[in-house]
Amino acid sequence: MGPMNNDVAIQVINLTKRYGEVLAVDHISFTVRKGELFGFLGPNGAGKTTTVRMLTGVIRASEGTASVLEYEAGSLNAKQVTGVVPEMANAYADLSAWDNLMLMSELYGIPASVARERGTSLMQGIGLYPRKDSLVKTYSKGMKQRLILCMALVSDPEVLFLDEPTSGLDVQSARLIKDLLQSLNAKGKTIFLTTHDMDEANQLCNRVAIINEGKIVAIDAPEKLRMATSGMHSVEVSFDNMVSSEVLANIPGVNTVKKLGDKWRLYTANPGELVVSLITYSSSNGLKIISLNTLSPSLEDAFIALTEKREKDA
Amino acid sequence: MPDVAMILQQARRSLAIAYKDIRIYYSKGPVIIFGVLFPVFLFLSFTIGRHLSVDFMIPGLLGMILFFTATSISPIVVPWEAQARTLERLMSCPVRIETIIIGDIFASFAFGAGISLVPIILGLFLGITISSPLIFAIAVILAAFCFASLGTVFSIPPTNMPSTVNMISSVVKFPVVFISGIFIPLNELPAWGQAVAYISPLTYFTDIARYSIQGRGHLPVAVDLLVLLAFTALFLVVAMKLHQRTMPRRI
Repeated sequence: MGPMNNDVAIQVINLTKRYGEVLAVDHISFTVRKGELFGFLGPNGAGKTTTVRMLTGVIRASEGTASVLEYEAGSLNAKQVTGVVPEMANAYADLSAWDNLMLMSELYGIPASVARERGTSLMQGIGLYPRKDSLVKTYSKGMKQRLILCMALVSDPEVLFLDEPTSGLDVQSARLIKDLLQSLNAKGKTIFLTTHDMDEANQLCNRVAIINEGKIVAIDAPEKLRMATSGMHSVEVSFDNMVSSEVLANIPGVNTVKKLGDKWRLYTANPGELVVSLITYSSSNGLKIISLNTLSPSLEDAFIALTEKREKDA
Repeated sequence: MPDVAMILQQARRSLAIAYKDIRIYYSKGPVIIFGVLFPVFLFLSFTIGRHLSVDFMIPGLLGMILFFTATSISPIVVPWEAQARTLERLMSCPVRIETIIIGDIFASFAFGAGISLVPIILGLFLGITISSPLIFAIAVILAAFCFASLGTVFSIPPTNMPSTVNMISSVVKFPVVFISGIFIPLNELPAWGQAVAYISPLTYFTDIARYSIQGRGHLPVAVDLLVLLAFTALFLVVAMKLHQRTMPRRI
């Protein structure tokens, strides 16, 4: 590879995984630049985890190639420069957190003194240091996930793969992990993050790829994906009394109606006109509007539009 | 040309994996039950009331214990880790699948070699003498390694249930014990019995143990050692090749 590719951290060309007849990952190609925080976004079963497993060398691709810092994905060299937080992975429950960390550093060939220093600062940074000698089986889920992140970082990897790292965690642990990812990224680490959480992708990622049914349907910055979803503006409204969705759907300009807890989200191409219609409707029906907000399309809307479009095409 | 630096690096990482196995799996229930208690009770049930000499019993007891202990750790580690969801993390480390397997073999080897000191010391208390301690020690080490390698062959089917692997290994281990000259010496077996005995690696270790303790074996010691070595190589090659294929299917 020439100097032209020097800013490439992850290069994926036609990567494919077949399980019998099923195409779990279908000829995907993308490039992640060094220093990027790249999101890999998709519904459950879209092929995110399969992709990460091929990139981290846990399973072999059926077709296509992938490289990490110019090393063939899955090679010892690629693994050496990579840190991994697999989906639903566990640390060894019968070892202490500290021993788990030291085991990882031995498997990456980190000298013991460096490992101790790094382990101490990582565990202090993520709030586990006082419990470092407890067996992992006594840890809460959030503590375990923080430990697994420390285990991925003890080799000080240039590229970090995280598969749903905050899924199912308490708010504090998720926040700690997200903050750590941002500060790692600010230090120039390349981060490949899979998630089905739009907010997380929106807050953290420089670019996201949206994957659905094994295929990449879009790759762009979250803002650009949002903006590309025209006709997905919405108005969120709540009333002081019960209103049926049929009635709201009949208000001029409303495309779709969604109930969100005690409020309604009405999708429209023209939010300004809809607000006027809503006020007219409520005053003529003796209803009081408790709250009213206009929203531009969210990443979630973009995601739904993109993944549904694909289904219609198919 | 083999990359010596890489091999040394992977060997060190194998030892780290073995040390992890030692700390986690030595005290696991199935290991204690199938590895230590089973052979002891099985042996007692076949020897109590038979008025056998200590010289005859100790080689048999040693063979059984070494065989069961050395094959008790290596089969369960990989399925156990797949079930506990620690395997994927291990596989994404810069270690080869061979490195993982060798680490598991080391841990199982050390368990077998360590526990087999118990019947040896017991025998010495009861008055046995070991005629050629060096050959005997080499045989114990080689056999422990051979049986530990056999253990990783049992875990090739990509099941993530340690109990299933224990069932597979028991189906093989029990018949092997009966055809390996433990309860009936080789020279008392009919010709067909001897022919069957030669397919068991345990036969060759028991033969060396009888040679060292009773003073006479059935086969030349050099043959016993060479066959054990050949079995070890066979088990290693089979385990390495097939785990390459099945380990990713556990994830």
